[in-house]
Amino acid sequence: MVQQIVFIILALVIAVCSVLAVTSKRVIRAATYLLFVLLATSGLFLMLNYHFLFAVQVMVYAGGIMVLFIMAIFLTHQPGKSVPTKASWKVTSSALLAVAGLLLCGVIIVRNVVCAFRVVTDHEISMHSIGQALLGTEKYQFLLPFEAISLLLLACIIGAIMIARKDKGVKEIEKVENKETENRESWEKSL
Amino acid sequence: MGEIIVNTAGAIPLTAYLIVGLVMFFAGIYGFFARKNLIMILISVELVLNAVDINFAAFNRYLFPDQMEGMFYALFVIAIAACETAVAIAIIINVYRNFGNVEVDNIQQMKE
Amino acid sequence: MEYTLLILLLPMLSFVGIGLLGRKLSHRAAGISGTLVLTAVTLLSYLTAFDYFTTQKVNGVWQAIQPYNTTWLNVGERLHIDLGILLDPISVMMLVVISTVSLMVHIYSLGYMKGEKGFQRYYSFLSLFTFSMMGLVLATNIFQMYIFWELVGVSSYLLIGFYYTKPEAVAASKKAFIVTRFADLFFLIGILVLSYFTQTFDFEAIMGGDGSILSSALGTTFLGASALTWAMALVFIGAAGKSAMFPLHVWLPDAMEGPTPVSALIHAATMVVAGVFLVARLFPIYIGFTPEVLQGIAYVGAFTALFAAIIAVVQTDIKRVLAFSTISQIGFMMVALGVSTSMKLTPEDHGGLGYMASMFHLFTHAMFKSLLFLGAGSVILAVNSNDMKDMGGLRKHLPITHVTFLVACLAIAGIPPLSGFVSKDEIVTAAYQFSTGMGIWMTVTAGFTAFYMFRLYFRIFWGKEYRGEVKPKESPRSMTYPLIFLALITLVGGFIPFGQFVTADGAPYTIRLNSTVAIISVVVALVGIGLATLLYRKEEKRASWLPSRSSGLYKAAYNRFYIDDAYLFVTKKIIFNNISRPLAWFDRHVIDGAMNGLAWITNRASDAIKGFQSGSLQWYAWVFLLGTLLITLFAILL
Repeated sequence: MVQQIVFIILALVIAVCSVLAVTSKRVIRAATYLLFVLLATSGLFLMLNYHFLFAVQVMVYAGGIMVLFIMAIFLTHQPGKSVPTKASWKVTSSALLAVAGLLLCGVIIVRNVVCAFRVVTDHEISMHSIGQALLGTEKYQFLLPFEAISLLLLACIIGAIMIARKDKGVKEIEKVENKETENRESWEKSL
Repeated sequence: MGEIIVNTAGAIPLTAYLIVGLVMFFAGIYGFFARKNLIMILISVELVLNAVDINFAAFNRYLFPDQMEGMFYALFVIAIAACETAVAIAIIINVYRNFGNVEVDNIQQMKE
Repeated sequence: MEYTLLILLLPMLSFVGIGLLGRKLSHRAAGISGTLVLTAVTLLSYLTAFDYFTTQKVNGVWQAIQPYNTTWLNVGERLHIDLGILLDPISVMMLVVISTVSLMVHIYSLGYMKGEKGFQRYYSFLSLFTFSMMGLVLATNIFQMYIFWELVGVSSYLLIGFYYTKPEAVAASKKAFIVTRFADLFFLIGILVLSYFTQTFDFEAIMGGDGSILSSALGTTFLGASALTWAMALVFIGAAGKSAMFPLHVWLPDAMEGPTPVSALIHAATMVVAGVFLVARLFPIYIGFTPEVLQGIAYVGAFTALFAAIIAVVQTDIKRVLAFSTISQIGFMMVALGVSTSMKLTPEDHGGLGYMASMFHLFTHAMFKSLLFLGAGSVILAVNSNDMKDMGGLRKHLPITHVTFLVACLAIAGIPPLSGFVSKDEIVTAAYQFSTGMGIWMTVTAGFTAFYMFRLYFRIFWGKEYRGEVKPKESPRSMTYPLIFLALITLVGGFIPFGQFVTADGAPYTIRLNSTVAIISVVVALVGIGLATLLYRKEEKRASWLPSRSSGLYKAAYNRFYIDDAYLFVTKKIIFNNISRPLAWFDRHVIDGAMNGLAWITNRASDAIKGFQSGSLQWYAWVFLLGTLLITLFAILL
C-alpha cells in the first residue's frame, strides 16, 4: 500500500515535471524541473532496491550534470529573460508526433508485457558483488566496458577543453565582454 | 525459480514503471523537436536518457532479479550522459561565443 | 558487259573524292579530274552501246540484259529491294545521251565557272548528278529508280542553290525540291500500290511474261477505276513533277537561277526527261492495261506544250525563254508517248510510232537544247546580263556562238535535214494518227516554237547594236569546243537510223517520212521564222506592235499566266494560315508547354523537397521518429 502511494507520488512528479521542463519558457525553470525529475527517478531506483544506482544517480546526474547545466546557463543567458519559441505549426506537429508515439508505445506495452513475473526478492545487492562484477573478466562481468568508459571520460574531458578553449586572442575576449555588458544593461533596463 | 504471483496487490506492476519511463521519454522527444534554445534541447536529451535508465532497471528487477546487467547498463548510461553533456556544453559555449546567443538556427547552415 | 558497273562507280567515287578533298585541290585539279572521270564514263558508255547494239539481237528483237542484280535490302520474307544494272535499248541510249552532255558540260564549265568560289564543290555535285542519273536509267526495279530519282532531285537542289548567298537561288532550289518532292509522294504511293499487287518491284517480272501478274491489280477497283489505273496514274504524277508538266511546271523557270551549265545538263537534257523515261520504261503496262491513262498523258502533254510555248513568246530573260521551251518540248515527248496505240511498229501498223518518236526526240532535244543553253551561257558571260534588252548585234563579236546557236535554232524549229526536224516530224505524224485535232494542236505549237526561238535568236544576235561598256569577246576554247561538238551532232543526228535501235517491242524499224505531214511542218516552221524575222531582225519598233495589240494576254503570258501566284496564294493564305499556324501554336504551347510544365513541376517539387536537407537537426529527428513509428505500425498491423 505504502509502496503504491510512494510510487504514485514519484510517478506524478516525474510526469508533471518532465512535461513542464520541456514547455517552460524560462531556462532556469526548465533546469530546475529537470532536477526534480532526476531526483524522482533516483527515488524510483530506490524503490527497485538498486541502492548503488540510486546513489550514483543523485551524485552524478542530479549533482554533477545539473551543476554543469546551471553554470552553462549562467554563462550564456541573461537570467529571467524568456527564450524565443519556434513557429506554432512546428510545435503542434512535434506535439502530435510525440503523442502519437506515446500512444503507440503505450498500446504495445500494455498489451504485450506479461503481467506475470517472478517473486521480487527483497535483498539489496551488496557492494562486494557490484565491485566484483564491475572489475571482473568472466561472464556477466564488466571490466571491458568499465575501461572503455574511462577512456570515453578521458576523451570527453580533453575534447571539452579543446572545444571550449579561447584561442582567438584578445579580440574574442573583447567581443564577449562587450556582449556581456550589453546583456547586463538591457537586463537592468528591463527591471 | 519462485512461484508466479499473478495478483499484483501490494506490488507495483512492471507496466507502471514502463509507462512512467514512456511519458518521460516522449516528453523529452517533444522537447527535442520543439525547442529553439540549445540548452533546452540538451535538457530534453537528458530526459530521454533518464527514461532509458528507468527502463533498464525495471526490466532487470522484474524479469531477471538474480542478475545485474540492467543496473550496470543504467550505470554506464549515466556515465556516458555525463561525458556527452560536458562536450555538448563546451560546444554550446563555442556557439555562444560566435553568435552571441544559443539558438539552434545559428548552426543550421550546411557547408557549401 | 560487267564493265558497266564502272559507269556507276566512277562518278560516285569522283563525287566523294572531289567532295572530300575539294579544299585541298586547286581549281584546275578538281576540274580536270572531274572531266577525266567523265571522259572515262563517256567512253565506257559508247563501248556499252557499241557492245550492246552489235551483240544483243536475238530473232531480230533487242533483248534486255542484266549484268548485275543484287539484293540490297530485305524487307520481310517476301519483299526485297535490289540494286542492279538493266541494259535495254532505251537505257543504253540514255547512257549515251547523259554521258555525252555531261562531258560537254564538264569541259564547258572549266571555262564558264573559272574563278568562281566553290569550283570544286561544283564539280563534285556534277559527278553526283551524273552518278544519280546513270543509276536512274540503269535501274532494274522501280524502287531503285525511285532511290536514284530522289538522288537526282537532291543533286538538282544542290546545284540550283549553288550560289547560296543569293536569296533568289536559295528560294528557287527550295521550290524545285519541294514541288518535285510533292509529286514524288504520289509516285511513291503509285509504286506501293503497284508492288502491293504484283508482290515485286522488278521491271522484268512486272512487264515480262503475259501480264498475269497484274491481274489482281486489274481486278481490284477503287472509286470506279482499277487499282492498276490508279497506280499508273499516280506514277505519272511523279513523272509530271520531275518533267515539269502543267501544273507542276512552276519550278523549272525559277531553276534558271543556277549556273548555266547546270541548266544545260539538268534542266534541259537529262533530269527533266526522267519523267519521260519513266513512262517509257513502264510503257508495256500503260499500253497493254491502262490505255486511258496514256490518253490522259497525251492531253496533259499537249496542253503543257502550247501553254509553255505561249509564255515563251513574251519572256525577256533568255534563260527563261529556253526553260519554257524545254517545258514545251517535253510536252511534245509526253504527247508522243501518249498517242501510241500499240507496241508494234511495222510498215503496216504504226501504233508504236509515238514511242520511237518520243525517244528519238529525247535524244535530239538533249543535244540541241544543251547546245542552246551553253550558247546562252556564252552570251551571258560576254555581256554579263541575262536580259534581252542588254543584248543585240552580237553576231559580230561572238561568231562561233552565233553559228552554233543558229544551228540549234534551226533544229528546234524543225528545218530539214537537221535532227530536230526528223524527230519532231515523227511526233506530229503520230499525233495526226491519233486524232486530227491533236495533230493540228501540235503543229500550231511547233509554229510557236519556231517563232519564239527565232525571236530569241534575232534579239540576241541581230537588231540594235549592243550598248554596254565592256566589249564582248568570244568565249575561250574550253567553252566553244563543246558548242561545236554539239552542233555537229545536231547536224548529223537526223541521219541516225534510230528506229533500228529503239522501239517499243524491240523489233527494228526504218524511219520513213510522211510527206504531207513533213511539208505542212516545214511550211509552219518557215511561217514562224518569217514572222520573227519581220518583227525582230531590225530595230524593235515593229515588235512593240505585239504587246500593245493584246495587252491583257501579253501581260498574262508575261506573268506566266499567274500560276505561280496561285500557288503562292494557296500556300501562304490557306495552308500557312489555317494549317501551319495552328500547328505551330500547338507545337509551341502544348508540346513545348508540356515540356516546360514538366520542368516547372520538377522545379516546384525540388523546392518542396529542398526542406528535407535543411540542416536542421530537429527536423531530421522529427522525420526519423515519424519513420520509426510508421514502420512499427506496419509491423504490428501486418
